[in-house]
Amino acid sequence: MTDTLESLLGEAQGALDAAKSSEALRAWELQFLGKKGRVIEAVRSVGTMPKEERAAYGKRANEIKVALEAAYAEREESIKAAELAQNLEAGEIDVTLPGRPVNRGGLHPSTHTLRDFYRIWSTMGFQVYHSREVEDDDTNFTLLNFPPHHPAREMQDTIFTTKPNVILRTHTSPGQIRGMRELGENGTKPIRIILPGMCYRYEQITARSEVQFNQVEGLCIGKNIHMTDLKGTIAEFAKAMFGPQAKVRFRASYFPFTEPSMEVDVECFLCGGQGCRVCKYAGWLEIAGSGMVHPVVLQNGGYDPKAWSGFAFGMGPERITMLKHGINDIRYFWANDLRFLEQF
Amino acid sequence: MRVPLSWLKEYVDIEIPAELLAEKLTAAGLEVAHLDYLGVPQTMVEGLRYPKSDHLVWDNQRILLGKILEVMPHPNADRLVLAQVEIGGGVIEQCVTGAPNLFEFKGAGLLSSPLWTAFAAEGAEVWDGHSDEPKRMILKEKPLRGIPNRSMVCSEKELGLSGEHEGIILMREQPHDASGKPFAPGTPLSEVLGDIVLEIEFTPNLARAISIYGVARETAAILDKELRPPPFDVLMEGATIDGKVTVTITEPELNPRFTFALLENTTVKPSPEWMQRRLTLVGQRPINNLVDVTNYITFEIGQPLHAFDYDKLKARAGGKAPHIITRLPKPGETLLTLDGQNRVLDAHNILVCDEEGVLGLGGVMGGSDSEIDENTKTVLLEAAGWNFINVRRTMMTQKLHTEAGYRFSRGVHPSQALLGVMRGIELMRVTGGGTVAKEIYDNYPLPPETVVVKLPTSEIFRILGVKMSAHEAQNLLRRGGFLVEAQGDVLHVEVPDWRMDIGTGVIGEADLVEEIARIYGYDAIPDTIIADEMPPQWANAKFQREEAIRDALAALGLREIVSYRFTAPEREALLTAPGMPSVLPEGAYVTLANPISPEKSVLRKSILTGLLEAARLNARYAERQFTFEIGAVYLEHAGQDLPDEPRRLGLLITGKRNDPAWMGTDSGAMDFYDLKGILEDLFKALHLSGVTYSRAMEGSFHPGRSAQVNVNGKTLGVFGEIHPQVAAAFELEGAVLAADFDLAAVISVMNELYTAQPLPLTPAVQQDVALVVKEETTNAEVEAVIRKAGGQLLKAAQLFDVYRGDPVPMGFKSMAYSVTYQTDERTLTEAEANKIREKIVKLAERELGAALRG
Repeated sequence: MTDTLESLLGEAQGALDAAKSSEALRAWELQFLGKKGRVIEAVRSVGTMPKEERAAYGKRANEIKVALEAAYAEREESIKAAELAQNLEAGEIDVTLPGRPVNRGGLHPSTHTLRDFYRIWSTMGFQVYHSREVEDDDTNFTLLNFPPHHPAREMQDTIFTTKPNVILRTHTSPGQIRGMRELGENGTKPIRIILPGMCYRYEQITARSEVQFNQVEGLCIGKNIHMTDLKGTIAEFAKAMFGPQAKVRFRASYFPFTEPSMEVDVECFLCGGQGCRVCKYAGWLEIAGSGMVHPVVLQNGGYDPKAWSGFAFGMGPERITMLKHGINDIRYFWANDLRFLEQF
Repeated sequence: MRVPLSWLKEYVDIEIPAELLAEKLTAAGLEVAHLDYLGVPQTMVEGLRYPKSDHLVWDNQRILLGKILEVMPHPNADRLVLAQVEIGGGVIEQCVTGAPNLFEFKGAGLLSSPLWTAFAAEGAEVWDGHSDEPKRMILKEKPLRGIPNRSMVCSEKELGLSGEHEGIILMREQPHDASGKPFAPGTPLSEVLGDIVLEIEFTPNLARAISIYGVARETAAILDKELRPPPFDVLMEGATIDGKVTVTITEPELNPRFTFALLENTTVKPSPEWMQRRLTLVGQRPINNLVDVTNYITFEIGQPLHAFDYDKLKARAGGKAPHIITRLPKPGETLLTLDGQNRVLDAHNILVCDEEGVLGLGGVMGGSDSEIDENTKTVLLEAAGWNFINVRRTMMTQKLHTEAGYRFSRGVHPSQALLGVMRGIELMRVTGGGTVAKEIYDNYPLPPETVVVKLPTSEIFRILGVKMSAHEAQNLLRRGGFLVEAQGDVLHVEVPDWRMDIGTGVIGEADLVEEIARIYGYDAIPDTIIADEMPPQWANAKFQREEAIRDALAALGLREIVSYRFTAPEREALLTAPGMPSVLPEGAYVTLANPISPEKSVLRKSILTGLLEAARLNARYAERQFTFEIGAVYLEHAGQDLPDEPRRLGLLITGKRNDPAWMGTDSGAMDFYDLKGILEDLFKALHLSGVTYSRAMEGSFHPGRSAQVNVNGKTLGVFGEIHPQVAAAFELEGAVLAADFDLAAVISVMNELYTAQPLPLTPAVQQDVALVVKEETTNAEVEAVIRKAGGQLLKAAQLFDVYRGDPVPMGFKSMAYSVTYQTDERTLTEAEANKIREKIVKLAERELGAALRG
C-alpha cells in the first residue's frame, strides 16, 4: 500500500513544482493538504489498513505529509517573493496623475476668525453672549451715552426702520446694556463676556466699507478693574492672535460709552513694523477700539459707578481676516463666491 | 482741519520735528491723518515710521524770494513779458513769462511798489506747470521767441503749493517773518513760504480743538509748553454802540449769548498777504477783508462770526436802529440762505431775525438780504453762542453743512463770543480802516455755570490702576488749563470754559481721570493681568451646538456662506411657486426707512433666498455646489416693537454628484437622495434619535420630492428638490436640492450625552429578503414590518435594491433588504434566522400584500 503513498508523493511534488502562482498554490493545498485533501485523507485512511501494515503505512503517510508541508511552505515563500518582485516592478503608476476628488467643505472666513476670538477670549474667562440685531434707539445710543442729536451719533451712520425708534444696531455695544442687565443681577455680579454678531451701518458698499459687518465686543466688569488690566488683557490677546512677538500701542480716542477711550494698534505683522503697503508705511495696524466703561453706561447697566468699574473693547473680524490673508476688498465676504470661500 | 505749522507756532513754541509732533498729537487723540509738505524736506525721526513723501523740496540755492522791479514788453510776442527780478546781492535776472497777472504792469516802467514773487534759477527742480500728470523738470537755458531765458518766476503749481497755474505767485507787500522782520530779495523761498500742514481729524469730543489756537492749546499741554494767546485788544474810537442796535433773545437755552461790534466808515478791500496766505493754507478762498476776517477768526480761535451790512439792516428798519430778535420760526416761514436755497424752516431751527423777517439760520448760515458786499461802509459784526445739539439738529434736517455750523454743532462756549467779536472787529479795522464804536453790545441771558469737580485721587488709581500723588495729578491737569487746588487727597478742579466736554459729579470725575491719563500718556500706563475675581462660567449649549452643526456640515463637504441680511419683498416672493400659499412667515417685514438700495429694502424672512442667489452666481463657474448658511431671519411680532430674530439653517446642493476625474466618477446630476444622504449623516453626527421623514407640501419645493423632518413630534424643517418654477425664477437650471431648518428646533433635539453601544459578543447572521410590493408602498412601511416581525433579534434592515420590471408585474416593485440578526445571549443559527425571515414574509403578506420574490 505504501506504493500508493509513493505515487501520491510523486504526483503531489510534480504538481507543486508546476504551481507558479498563489492561486495555483492555494488550489494545490486544497487538493493535497486541505481538510479533504488527498494526503490528509491518506493519513486518515490508516485505520482502514490491515493491522500489520498500519504502522509502516502510518509512519510513511505522516512523513509524506510533513515533507509536503515543508515543500509547500518553501514553495509558498518563493512564489510570494516572485510575486512581490513582480508587483514592485510592474506596479509602477504615474504618480503625477491627480488623486480622486474628495468633497471638502469648510467654514466662512469670518467664522474662522470669530472662532479664534472665542478661543482666545475664553482662556481669559470671557464667555460668548449673543444680543439682538434689530435694536431700539435707546439701547443702541442713548443708554450708551449718545444723547439724541449728539454729534457723537455722526460717528455711526444708522440704518433706520420704518418703526419709530427701531434701528439696526450700528455696533454690538447695545449688548453691553443687555448683558449687564441680564447677567449683572442688579449690579451685584462681575461680568466677563464677548458679544459677537452682525452690525449695520448706512454706508456705500465699496472695497473698504460694508453695510453689514461682524463685530466682537468685549465687556469686563468688576470691583477691581483698571485701565492697566485693559492694556494687559489686550496685549495678551494680541500675542495669542498674532504671535508672541506682537506689540500693541494705545492712542487716545473717543467713544461715548467708554472713558478713557483708546484705539489699539498692533505692530504690523506683515512687515514686522518696518512699514509696508498694508500698514500704509506706518508700521502699525488699527485692530480695536477700547476703553474704560463710562459711568453713565455702568449706571444704565445697573451698576454703581463709584464701586464698580470695567473695560470694553470692540474688534472687526472681517478687518482682521483681511489683514491676515491680504484681502483687499471687503465685498468678498458676503458675495458668496465659492472661488473666494474655498480658499479658507 | 488743515493746521499750518507756521501758524501754530504763533501760539506755542515747537522745537520738535513736525513728524514727532504729529505722533504725539495722534497719541493724545488728535489724529494727524497726513502731513502736507510745502517746499521743505521731510525729517526722518528715529523710531517712527511713516510713508516717504514725494513732494517737491525747494532748492535753497535756486528757489528764492524775488522782487519784480519792472515788467517790460516782449519785443516779439504780445502774450509774453520780461520780468526784471532782483534776487539778492544786487543781481537782477530777466525772466520771460506769459503770466497773465503781470500784464497789468507791462510797460509801466519801474514799479512804484515792487511785486514779490517766487523765483527759480537755472538748474532748479520744479513741477512742470503744463503737464496734467505730476512731472518734474529741471530749468535749462532756452530762448523764448528770440529772447534768452534761463530762469523763471513760478506759479503755485510749479512749486507744489496748489494746482493753480493761471498766473505766478505775486505778493504786493514785502513778506516778513514772525517777528515782523522783512525778508530780503534772494532769501531761500522755503524760509518765506515753506511750511508743513498737519491734517487733523477731530473726534466729536474735541470741539475745543477745532481751530489753530485750539490745537496750539492741546500742543502746549502735551509738550508742556507755554501758550501765547492772540491779542484781543480793540482800538475803539467811535461813538458808543448803545442805541445803534438792540437784540432780543427769546430762547436763551438755544441762544445763550449774542454780541455785536460796529465798525463805521470802513472800506472793503483785499486782505493783507499774510491773512490770504493763511486762509489759503487752511483751504479757504480769500474774498475780501470782511469775509476773510470772519473766516480767519473761525479758523484762528474757533468762534464763527457773521458780518451784517449795518446800513441794509437800518434800511429794513425804516431808518431806525435795527432790532435783532432770535426766535423759533413761525409756521411756514422760509429763508433764502446764502447758498441760494429757499428753505422751509423746521420748528426747532433757531433764527436770527429783525422785525422785517428772517436774516439767518442761527449758528449755521446767514441769509442773503443783509449780507455785506463790496460797497459796505458800516459793518455790524455778530458773535453769538448757540446750543450745540440744536445746531446739529438744524444741520441734519436742513441738510446744510458750513464751517460755522460744524463748530457750533460740536460746541463753542458762549464766553468765546466776546473774544471772537473783539478780535474780529479789530482785524476788520486794521485791514479796512474805519472807526470801531465804543463798547461791545452784549446780551448774555444764560451764562453757563463754571464747572467745578472734586476728584479724590483714589479715583485715579481705581480707574487707571496707576498710583499718582495729588501733586502729580494737579500738574497734569494744570497743563491742560485747569485750575486745581489739592485739599488733602481731593483735587478741587475748576474747569476752563473751553472744556465743554467735562461734566459734573461722577461723570466729571471720569472726564478728569481721562484727561490725566491723556496728558500722562497712555503708553506710560503699565500692563497688568486682571486680578479681580473671575465671574462664574456658564455652559452656553445653544452656542456650542450651533458651532457643532457648522463643523458637522463642513465635514460633510458643505461650504459655509454668509449672505446679506437685506433683501427685497419681490425677491423673497419668488420663493413660493405660483398658485401655492406663501412659504414666508406671516406678518410685516422689518422695513428700512433709509435702505442703501431698493434690492436691500427689508430684512429677510427666509434663509433660502441668499442660498439660491449664491447658487445662481456660482453656477457661472461651479459645476457642483454644496453650501449652507446659518443665521437669523427677522419676523415682526404683533404687539412688540422689536422683531423676533429666530435663527435658521439652510442647505443647498446642486450640480454634478462628483467632480469629473480621469479615472471616471459618477458625475450624474444630484437628486433628492443626495441631499437626504447628507442630512442623514448630519443627524447621525448630531446624535439625533427618532428622526422620521414624511411627505411635505411647501410652496418652495417639488410637491412629490420634498419631505418634512420630525423628531419626537417636533418638526425640524423641510428639504427636497426646489420647485422647478422657483428654481427658474432664480434662473437656476437642473435639480436644486435645498433644506430649510429651524435651528432652535435642531439644537433642542441634539444630545451630547448619547450612549455608546457595546461591541457584540456573538457573531451576527445576515440574510437578504426581497419583497414584491405595490408601487405606492413606502420604504418606511416595509421597514416597519421588518422591524415588527424581526423583534428583539433584528439588529438592522438595510434596503439595498429597488427593482421594477420583468418578472415583477406592472404596478409592483421589488425591494431587497439586507437583514441582520444578532443577540448577545447566544450565537444564532441559520435555522433561527430562517424562522424570523419567514415571519417577516408572512407579516408583509398580511399587512402590505407583499410577496417574497422568488
